[in-house]
Amino acid sequence: MNQNLHQLNYILQLADNLLIHAQRLGEWCGHGPILEQDIALTNTCLDHIGATRSLYQYAAELVNQLTPLERQTMFTSPALEQVFTKGLPAKEDDIAYLRDAWDFKNVLLVEQPNEDWAYTIAKCFFMDAYHLALYSALKSSNNSVLAGVADKSLKEVKYHLKWSSEWVIRLGDGTEESHERMQTAINERWAYTGELFQASAADVAAMEAGYGADLCALQTTWNAQVQSVFTLAKLSIPDNSWMQQGGKEGRHTEHLGYILAEMQYLQRAYPGMEW
Amino acid sequence: MTAINHQEHFDHKIDNDITIEPRDWMPDDYRKTLIRQISQHAHSEVVGMLPEGNWITRAPSLRRKAVLLAKVQDEAGHGLYLYSAAETLGITRDQMYEQLHSGKAKYSSIFNYPTITWADMGAIGWLVDGAAIMNQVPLCRTSYGPYARAMVRVCKEESFHQRQGFEIMMQLCKGTAAQKKMAQDALNRWWWPALMMFGPTDDASPHTARSMRWRIKRFTNDELRQKMVDVTVEQAKVLGLTMPDPDLKWNEARGHYDFGAINWEEFNNVIKGNGPCNKERLNTRRKAWQEGQWVRDAALAYARKQASADGTPA
Ligand SMILES: [Fe+2]
Ligand SMILES: [Fe+2]
Repeated sequence: MNQNLHQLNYILQLADNLLIHAQRLGEWCGHGPILEQDIALTNTCLDHIGATRSLYQYAAELVNQLTPLERQTMFTSPALEQVFTKGLPAKEDDIAYLRDAWDFKNVLLVEQPNEDWAYTIAKCFFMDAYHLALYSALKSSNNSVLAGVADKSLKEVKYHLKWSSEWVIRLGDGTEESHERMQTAINERWAYTGELFQASAADVAAMEAGYGADLCALQTTWNAQVQSVFTLAKLSIPDNSWMQQGGKEGRHTEHLGYILAEMQYLQRAYPGMEW
Repeated sequence: MTAINHQEHFDHKIDNDITIEPRDWMPDDYRKTLIRQISQHAHSEVVGMLPEGNWITRAPSLRRKAVLLAKVQDEAGHGLYLYSAAETLGITRDQMYEQLHSGKAKYSSIFNYPTITWADMGAIGWLVDGAAIMNQVPLCRTSYGPYARAMVRVCKEESFHQRQGFEIMMQLCKGTAAQKKMAQDALNRWWWPALMMFGPTDDASPHTARSMRWRIKRFTNDELRQKMVDVTVEQAKVLGLTMPDPDLKWNEARGHYDFGAINWEEFNNVIKGNGPCNKERLNTRRKAWQEGQWVRDAALAYARKQASADGTPA
């Protein structure tokens, strides 16, 4: 695979993580346990959508520079090809709304169902700790778009992590029931955290070319962060160290198909329209 | 001061446009009416999150998704301001929730209608937030201070919502035939319920005179409804949509549009719980509340532990 495609894949990994995470968090809006927390979660969700839009706009630029053959190597999407057949450039929404699950590069963690507040908090906490480490590294990326997104997102993610860490601690050290629910959520979701640090071909290429982050370094930071919050929360890291993977290669859990069916339905049912 | 003095003092403030503040003496009925009105308003904001929340996961573009999320979030914020304003009258948020969940407290009937197409996001912003603004702008000068101040913040955001809703409609109306049909269909379904948002006709609303005297209402239901009709007809022309009212006609003598009869039987039925989504909306709120109980318990237990560790009584 050539460097252009690696770069595009790297951007899509980042953007798809944010979009699918936000899509799940958006499901909470109006259904939260406390009105103030409903608002807080929506804020996080909005920040993710803001960042993902910048990344998809950039991804669209890169897609528009591909040759038809490169494009067809990257995506299996008749709907996206339609855009090019009409002679139009792809836009952010085309990238988000016209690809099918196998062209999505997000990690499996973000597509998992919200289940309850504890599962959602676990997912947010793992992702926030990851994004903090990631953006801190990407701030000095030699790609100015990535560096810009990282710089802007860094302020936001510090707040997200503070919020989710506080909830992990509050639930872990709250009541007996909340402790048990929080620990169960961690146990159930733990197997999806390894993939964050499992380098794909795009990750390797990005690090070597100086625009991506070093996942080994990220993992060290992440582990320390998780351990320190778990200690305060009186929670433990699960014994089972088996890790699921496949998302970065487009092999997803059953959930992603449903997420996309819902998210993309208007674009699919009324193709080519402006909303 | 004697009770009579209190009453005189209160009346004097009302007559002179001086706001009543939480610590001031106020007649029992004034307090009760306000609690009912403000909590009903707060519940409407929170239940009102549901019909639009429906479309967050299905918004047709990332920009629309962000705008819709922010809008629904604003409504949560309105709920918060209003619950806080009501709390200054001596009721807790939990008590108000209890009244909502038991069905004792009402919320705006409009939210018992379903949102079935994307155009409903446009129609709600345009018409429902539009009607809310007409109802609420006068309340920025209402006699009860905390309510008036809450309404100032709420109204600023509502007018933003109204513009966004109109913009969704505009985009659909200049789109394809299918999109325009979607917009017209949404107007057809939301128009009459939006007019019902102003409440029963003046001759059927017994408390209007008293509420106007107390300045917790500043225009009658029919006055506001007429204003809504006059404004909306012009906006529909800009969109190129047809008002779903064959009796709608400009009345030169009155300087207003005449409009057709409102189906009050439908209105009363929806209030009684027979609207298309009453059960669903209430059950959704109850479910969120029940499923959140352990979370709130945990937050409380943790706060207590922290407080006792600090040596301060919880
Ligand atoms: Fe509102
Ligand atoms: Fe609104």
